[in-house]
Amino acid sequence: MGRKAKFDEGKKVKKGPGRKARKQADPTFKKGLIEEDDDVKKLSHRQKQRAARRAKKKTELAEKRKLLKQAKKNVSKQQEEKNSKESDDSSGDEVQGFTDDNKEWLKPKQKGKYVKKQAESESDSGHEGSDVKEDSEEEETGEPVKEKYKVGTLDDLFEDSNEENGDISSADEEAGSSNKLIYNSDSEEEDSDDDGDDDMLPIEKANLKLKKKQKEDKKLADEEMQLNIAKQDIFAFPSEEELKNPTSLQDVLQRIKDVVAVLSEFSKLKEEGRSRCEYTELLLKDLCMYYSYNEFLMEVLMQIFPVQELVEFLEASEVARPVTIRTNSLKTRRRDLAQALINRGVNLDPVGKWSKVGLVVYSSTVPVGATPEYLAGHYILQGASSFLPVMALAPQENERILDMCAAPGGKASHIAAIMKNTGALFANDANKERTKAIVGNFHRLGVVNAVICNYDGRQFPDVIKGFDRVLLDAPCTGTGVIAKDPSVKTTKDQKDIQRCFNLQRQLLLAAIDCCNAKSSTGGYIVYSTCSILPEENEWVVNYALKRRNVKLVPTALDFGTEGFVKYRHHRFHPSLKLTRRFYPHTHNMDGFFVAKLKKFSNVIPEPEKDEEEESENKEDEQQQDKKDETVKENEDKTPKESKKVIKKPNKPGLLKRPVGSQQDKQDVTMKENADETQSKIVTKKQKQNKRSPLKRQAGSSESQPPKKKNKRGKKKKS
Amino acid sequence: MRVLSEQRTKILFEKLTKYIGVNVKLLIDRPDGTYCFREKNDRVYYVSERLLQLAQTVKPENLISAGTCFGKFTKTNKFRLHITALTYIAPYAPFKIWVKPSAEQQFLYGHHVIKSGLGRITENTPKHQGVVVYTMSDIPIGFGVAARTTTECRNADPLATIAFHQADIGEYIRSEDTLT
Repeated sequence: MGRKAKFDEGKKVKKGPGRKARKQADPTFKKGLIEEDDDVKKLSHRQKQRAARRAKKKTELAEKRKLLKQAKKNVSKQQEEKNSKESDDSSGDEVQGFTDDNKEWLKPKQKGKYVKKQAESESDSGHEGSDVKEDSEEEETGEPVKEKYKVGTLDDLFEDSNEENGDISSADEEAGSSNKLIYNSDSEEEDSDDDGDDDMLPIEKANLKLKKKQKEDKKLADEEMQLNIAKQDIFAFPSEEELKNPTSLQDVLQRIKDVVAVLSEFSKLKEEGRSRCEYTELLLKDLCMYYSYNEFLMEVLMQIFPVQELVEFLEASEVARPVTIRTNSLKTRRRDLAQALINRGVNLDPVGKWSKVGLVVYSSTVPVGATPEYLAGHYILQGASSFLPVMALAPQENERILDMCAAPGGKASHIAAIMKNTGALFANDANKERTKAIVGNFHRLGVVNAVICNYDGRQFPDVIKGFDRVLLDAPCTGTGVIAKDPSVKTTKDQKDIQRCFNLQRQLLLAAIDCCNAKSSTGGYIVYSTCSILPEENEWVVNYALKRRNVKLVPTALDFGTEGFVKYRHHRFHPSLKLTRRFYPHTHNMDGFFVAKLKKFSNVIPEPEKDEEEESENKEDEQQQDKKDETVKENEDKTPKESKKVIKKPNKPGLLKRPVGSQQDKQDVTMKENADETQSKIVTKKQKQNKRSPLKRQAGSSESQPPKKKNKRGKKKKS
Repeated sequence: MRVLSEQRTKILFEKLTKYIGVNVKLLIDRPDGTYCFREKNDRVYYVSERLLQLAQTVKPENLISAGTCFGKFTKTNKFRLHITALTYIAPYAPFKIWVKPSAEQQFLYGHHVIKSGLGRITENTPKHQGVVVYTMSDIPIGFGVAARTTTECRNADPLATIAFHQADIGEYIRSEDTLT
């Protein structure tokens, strides 16, 4: 039944074309391709003979070379002597006229011809005495051959270019008949150099040459690198003059790298008699110059990052972050939006697993900020880092939420989108002009549950309280977004930072006051800045932890680095680990800080006394900051010591009071079912205070003079 | 935030009926709470009562906006609908015009809709009827007034105006400052 399988004849193909199929003709190969295969497989008798001869020649050549070298050495000495005597010798002089370099590349050819001649004459005797003469002859015969073959093949061109020097001087009146032979032998010789495959295409030869050259280049480069490394190993500290007259930015960069390397392994690589300080100072100056920062900001940054990371941070701060957009979930879905934008010629991708609404725009043929989709409110241009505080806030539907510093409304509209237009959203901004941007964005994005108002955030608790959640994206120095606004590099100084964190503290307290601890769903405050300075972040939060009944809770952001617990002389509350920091060089988003606080009591602990303490403390802390700088200056101001003594007795009293107030606060918090760990720590602190009042006194007396000085300075300025 | 006067309410509703017809009453009777129109600096806001109560705590001089701004009363006491009202007009509008992708950009720059850019139009659109303009992918991009009836459109020459431009979403960029 059916067809019989013919297993034995399976390979047979029917000769004629099929009934319907048109049979394809057998493929034809180029001759060259086929030959190659044949060559490898079988050599003809003659070829074998030739190959044997070739091998023989090779061995002979090797011997000859050795001999020749020796001979040359001897002869060249003699010739030099001769040359000095008879300068007009035409033929003989040319050989000796070559420099050492030329000799090198000329040698093989001479030998090749030499060998060929020998092969012709079938004489194996190498007479050293006549070598010179023969060589000179060959120079005359060989060179013109090259000239003629210049037209023909590619490798000849190469040869030619190599031998230009020799060609110039040589005369070309020679018979063509012998040329061929010479050429052949020559090429053969070359082939023997290239591992004996004799019939290579010219292009292959060229390729081989190129490869050789590349190898050499690489070798050179490696050597150079070795040199560099060697240089690095013994990095010499630049002299004063060198520092004063910087040659180029490249040098500065190199120096930065060197110093970073030295600092990373200081004990090994340091120069004798140099301290770490000198290196860091040099690095500071170089970094300031290379990245054009002012010294103050760079100093601060150096305190935040280890050197290696610092360079990375600075480098990342030079480059703009990728453009990201946030899908407005009130109007569309991310997939639909992505499709619509791709159709418009935008190249994009989801921003990451952590966000369901973010898209990264790689490139675009249309302006992303003016597509019909954008105008219809399907998305908003927003940095990836701006998603984070809202995600940390985690708004729920039907809540009452406040965004204290809302302009231009990106985060606030995100909140509204998550709430699905339910509940109530208060978007506040202190700048009336900027509130217009909020209005525009809200209407465009279709946010209808919002009230937009224009208050100073610090007065907001007087207007309305009892929010379930509060977002405070505080105004800051913007050290995290240097890529966006490079003016930060040069314009910020201690005063700006001080001004910023004072405002931030007040705003954060106001935000906490606006929040309702008894809310069933919320009672959360999220504090965020686009700065990376601990003064504006951890310190501010730490301050709020002391002043209000709040505790830190996890931000629910599964990436980012932990907040600082220790920073210079500051020792923050250990729970500050729960805050999150984001850096441009590690997370590829703007530098950012997010802290989530939970309010557990609406009682404001001892506001009046606190304020006193607050101001005292603030000044204390500021002093500590400036202590290092001012101590030196104070040393020569001995007459003020008497005043110091007078002031001393005040201090313990001042100190005691805050301690008492803290205790009161403590009681309140205990009643209110406070966070236990926090309270323990506070009590510990108090105990320490009680135990060592003398120490504190001593410490405070130390820090007192600068304070006085500060006050004076301020008065003068004012 | 003031309650609109009788006369102004009438003007406002007349205007709205031009665009969304009898659906106006859907704006008032909503299942998700009562909404009302309030006036501030001649601008009319459409706010839910609940939000309004909260907004009342804010001083008038500090209040920038609450809910959705629908438009404003001109000095001659006519009502001008703003693009910001599109959120509420678009879903209820009975008469629509779709423009071709090639004509989208033109409309977004404030030009009228011409015949060559017309993609679709609702049947039986009368003359001078308020219409919402859509892209072919059903994104509302503005509104205007029909210059011709649907039947007249069929025979119009390619450069004839089909709908007069009144507002488009390009205004969010062009005139952000004057939106509210």
